[in-house]
Amino acid sequence: MTSANPPITGMGHSVKRKEDPRFLRGKGNYVDDVKLPGMLYMDIVRSPYAHAKIVNIDASKALALPGVLAVITGKDLDAAGLAWMPTLMSDKQMVLPVDRVVYQAQEVAAVIATERYIAADAITLVDVEYEPLQPVVDPKKALEPDAPLVRPDREAKTNHIWHWEAGDAAQTDAIFQQAEVIVKEDLYIPRIHVSSIETCGCVASFDRISGKLTIYMTTQAPHAIRTVFSLVSGIPEHHIRIISPDIGGGFGGKVPVYPGYVIATVAALQTGHPIKWIEDRSENLQADSFARDYHISAELAANRDGTMRALRVRTLADHGAFDAAANPSKFPAGLFSICTGSYQLEAAHVEVDGVYTNKPSGGVAYRCSFRVTEAVHTIERMVDRLAQELKVDPADVRMKNFIQPEQFPYKSATGWEYDSGNYPATFTKALDKIGYAELRREQAEKRARGELMGIGISTFTEIVGAGPSHTFDILGIKMFDSCEIRVHPTGSAIVRIGVQSQGQGHETTFAQIVAEELGLPVDNIVVEHGDTDTAPYGLGTYASRSTPVAGAATAVAARKIREKARHIAAHLLEVDPNDLEWANYQFQVKGVPGKAVTMKDIAFAAYTNHPQGMEAGLEAVDYYDPPNLTFPFGAYICVVDIDRGTGVVKIRRFLAVDDCGNIINPMIVDGQIHGGLTMGMAPALLEAITYDENGNIQQANFMDYLLPTSMETPAWETDKTVTPSPHHPFGAKGVGESATVGAPPAIANAVVDALAHLGVTHMDIPVTPWKVYQVLQEHGAAEP
Amino acid sequence: MITQSVTLTINGQPFTAQVEPRLLLVHFLREVAGLTGTHIGCDTTSCGACTVLVNGVPAKSCTMFAVQVDGAEIRTVEGLEQNGELHPVQEGFFQEHGLQCGFCTPGMMMTAVALLGQNPDPSEDEIRRAISGNLCRCTGYVNIVKSIQYAGRKMRTAQTQPVPAAASAEGGQP
Repeated sequence: MTSANPPITGMGHSVKRKEDPRFLRGKGNYVDDVKLPGMLYMDIVRSPYAHAKIVNIDASKALALPGVLAVITGKDLDAAGLAWMPTLMSDKQMVLPVDRVVYQAQEVAAVIATERYIAADAITLVDVEYEPLQPVVDPKKALEPDAPLVRPDREAKTNHIWHWEAGDAAQTDAIFQQAEVIVKEDLYIPRIHVSSIETCGCVASFDRISGKLTIYMTTQAPHAIRTVFSLVSGIPEHHIRIISPDIGGGFGGKVPVYPGYVIATVAALQTGHPIKWIEDRSENLQADSFARDYHISAELAANRDGTMRALRVRTLADHGAFDAAANPSKFPAGLFSICTGSYQLEAAHVEVDGVYTNKPSGGVAYRCSFRVTEAVHTIERMVDRLAQELKVDPADVRMKNFIQPEQFPYKSATGWEYDSGNYPATFTKALDKIGYAELRREQAEKRARGELMGIGISTFTEIVGAGPSHTFDILGIKMFDSCEIRVHPTGSAIVRIGVQSQGQGHETTFAQIVAEELGLPVDNIVVEHGDTDTAPYGLGTYASRSTPVAGAATAVAARKIREKARHIAAHLLEVDPNDLEWANYQFQVKGVPGKAVTMKDIAFAAYTNHPQGMEAGLEAVDYYDPPNLTFPFGAYICVVDIDRGTGVVKIRRFLAVDDCGNIINPMIVDGQIHGGLTMGMAPALLEAITYDENGNIQQANFMDYLLPTSMETPAWETDKTVTPSPHHPFGAKGVGESATVGAPPAIANAVVDALAHLGVTHMDIPVTPWKVYQVLQEHGAAEP
Repeated sequence: MITQSVTLTINGQPFTAQVEPRLLLVHFLREVAGLTGTHIGCDTTSCGACTVLVNGVPAKSCTMFAVQVDGAEIRTVEGLEQNGELHPVQEGFFQEHGLQCGFCTPGMMMTAVALLGQNPDPSEDEIRRAISGNLCRCTGYVNIVKSIQYAGRKMRTAQTQPVPAAASAEGGQP
């Protein structure tokens, strides 16, 4: 009954990507490639002021320009009840302002025109009269009593948004009171911007006859957006279709709902024409969601022998003018309380205060797993700080304090239950592979010659795969995810998933999961996602949750199919289902491997010869609610050389040993790590968004905001250990953000290590040549 | 609106259109000629997503007017595949996983095609210098370098069958 088949190539194979053939030929379908009949173009008038009253908007000149059909203002939206929209964090944000702007480049009005260039002309013809107000850009000043109020619309007349804490304050204080050693450091993790190479945009189209609203949108979470749009607009949910087409990078920046999406939708409803809105780069950089911006004060208590005991962290979080972060509802500071890291601590206490300032919404994302980057930076810097204080090797302090393999599942001082880990093994592998002892010898020699070389370590723990529905939701929607599999009669299959790829390669890896579970060739499995009319409901792709949650749903759905297949196989082989075993990708009679049927045979039978009394067909759906999060981890070692004449930090070597559990596709995992490392290096060396005292952004284009090029980016070295997640159906953990989370402190630690003998104990990122050169000058180590 | 006639040879085919003098080449290609493989990532000639070949030389089409290149030979990503066969650079990106979201890929590949046309056996440093005007946010450049090296090997040996990839590679034709 069996026939020759192409190879299965399921788990663990570097299968070439199914999505590449279209991208390589320039045939991807990104949102700006969507062109609908009768389509109009939208462009946005933006505020030159960070804080101002709007006195008047005169659109007459713009409307007089041939080709301009409409100018939409906040007053127009207000009449429809749409001038404000809810954020994901129980706040609200302006779609278009009625009477005031609260950050520079805020959307003020929108122009609809027949041509892209006409719309761009017209925005310069909209006369907006402003009355400038004093802005507040420093979150510390924002908390002072006489600070300008960013959000007078709120009942509470303060710029303080919320206070959040985790851990045990009393126990932590008690340990600090009797601690032998306390190290303390203030760390600022600057505001940064994801800057996916594709900006954001949409094409909104309304069909008056069917009543259906279709929006092609650069979104990482199409289903949640559909629900929110329905709730806000009153349009029935079955009349809204969100299509997330090919996405040119997301990294979290495409999770939020931006005003442009909403205005374009309103314009489509009003004009009856499809409306295209595509940001240009300067709009994207100035106005879209920002990440980080944490002012952290950290203290670590330890014994003189290097045993770490307690951690105390106080943080001011600059959220800009609206709290529009994309964290799970109960976690306004994300998963920042993972900041005890890979170490055994008796106690910890973490406090975060969210603050409004006259800047665009911050705290959203930058490939960061819900604030884990800030957490990892804090603990990995503080461990080095402790080692420096005690004059011991930072590798030794880490080894001494690691949670040990036999302690898993491990309950952390802030309440997380780490599912699995083997920190000493992974770190040992990294130390051996890079030749740590030899590097230290080389460093000593160079230091004696006056050369600056540093070795930095980061042994981080990630926390991803949100999440268990008892704890995790976004706007009340539980953070499960989903998969629907349909096996066709001839043994091929279609798989639809609730998550959405922005380059991760889901069309390939999710096919591999099904191939592995069902024994069908990966080439015969097609994966679809991103269309809310066809894909099962899911919360989307961010925070490294696709494989931990939707990947699990895919395996479980496939196993449901396999269970039904067992009964069909028993029928075909005329044996009891219990006499069958699943081996070699087929059902075979126990002890008689020759007597077997493949999934292809079973699929055909499911439609042509299924047992009487059984439903025909072979399909299943699963909505997977993970029992816990997963905890990927890694050991990173960075070697830098610093030029005393310029302050330039050169990464000579960077080794990343990652453990993300069982791997679906090693080629894709390696690619994810390469990219994550580069986005970890970026804020460590290059990227930061700053504002002047008037709230003017100082990096509004790629000439000033420096993304890593091929020249700064080193040839990353990678390796792995495999500690499967005990609760995930196939032992995977997620990997998309590990490297972004783990890399920055390795680099910062390497720089401080290079300068430690001069008395330097800390440098805030980005460690730019200018900053380094200043430090060298202060310590008399600069070459003229 | 004043318009001007522009005739370009795009991927070997003559194409004439009456356009505004201010129309950017990238919009000419995407909106007028309907070739959406060339992308736009910034407004400042920084990211290189819009890179095309103008008379064989890589150019950032987002800061060039269509009228400026009247009469020129333009090559875009759509012109790389010949007679149903992928260009070695396309094959290299497929074999070495040189792309993830795919947005920077067309511009990156056009730069690589130009490099290999001038220098069939570039060193890693020469490759990195050549693509330093093309930003990629996904790959960290490691596999892009390998992809271009693969293409170089393939073009030098002019083999018809795939050459071995440096990365562990399994199955599949693009």
